[in-house]
Amino acid sequence: MQKLDEDYRRILNRLQQGFPVCDRPYLQLAAELGLSEESLIERLRRLLAEGTLTRFGPLYQAERLGGAYTLAAIQVPEHDYERVTGIVNAFPEVAHNYRREHALNMWFVIAAAGRPDIARTLFDIERSCGYPVFEFHKLREYFVALDLPV
Amino acid sequence: MNMATEPVLDALDTAIVRATQAGLPLTPRPYHDIAAWVDTTPENVMRRMQRMLDIGVIRRIAAVPNHYAIGYVANGMSVWDVDDAAVDSLAMRVANGGLASHCYLRSRHPPLWPYNLFAMVHGHDRGEVESKVHQIAQLLGSALRSHEVLYSSRILKKTGLRLT
Repeated sequence: MQKLDEDYRRILNRLQQGFPVCDRPYLQLAAELGLSEESLIERLRRLLAEGTLTRFGPLYQAERLGGAYTLAAIQVPEHDYERVTGIVNAFPEVAHNYRREHALNMWFVIAAAGRPDIARTLFDIERSCGYPVFEFHKLREYFVALDLPV
Repeated sequence: MNMATEPVLDALDTAIVRATQAGLPLTPRPYHDIAAWVDTTPENVMRRMQRMLDIGVIRRIAAVPNHYAIGYVANGMSVWDVDDAAVDSLAMRVANGGLASHCYLRSRHPPLWPYNLFAMVHGHDRGEVESKVHQIAQLLGSALRSHEVLYSSRILKKTGLRLT
């Protein structure tokens, strides 16, 4: 983001908070932002096309749709890091995998159809890589109203 | 899990989920377009989507920025060991305080991992992340026993999450 003009900034901030469910939602929001409906849609299209926005629409809570997610981590010795990365990434259930600066230095998200698939995937990863896999079971999620103000 | 009774989604709800998981149409009447795709009335689409919002199947209808693209290049997973009796109300204040993008209560693994609260903190640099972490620490007050920030140093894999 080199320079975001004031309208884009306000659109980004407003649209992170929510979008109305009504006949002409863009028109309603445009009025609030002092823009025309057409110009709001055009700017939104551009923000998505250039990758400033990764998504615009309903954000579904996957667990409520029957899917299951979890967060897990492994303490991987440095000399073995590349091998374990290859093993973990090869599982289609592993959606994200990040190296982090900690004794637990590999953190990944598993997405699967349900809890049994999650448990099986965790077991298979542990057996394939030879290190214990710690699961950080989600007990509760707290609603965040605004992600990242610009 | 503290989940309420599992919401029942019927075939029309599922069709709406499939039609919108890539995003909302960028047209003046987006719910009318969805209605045409799933072969129902716009009123039905709006009523169903509002219901899914009300019961939490849809967290919200909103834009998700690429945080690198909007200048948030420092990303830390802050983790906190917070007194179980106080964690719920305090975590809600963290979530509402504009300090974190995601906030979860998760299982501990003592002694290796005493932390039960996870909050993703983003900043334009690590200094900004540290400053937000400091504000979270103040908010948690005496219920806080210890904390750490784990910075991501490399993305090893990142694929889109398919919802259905």
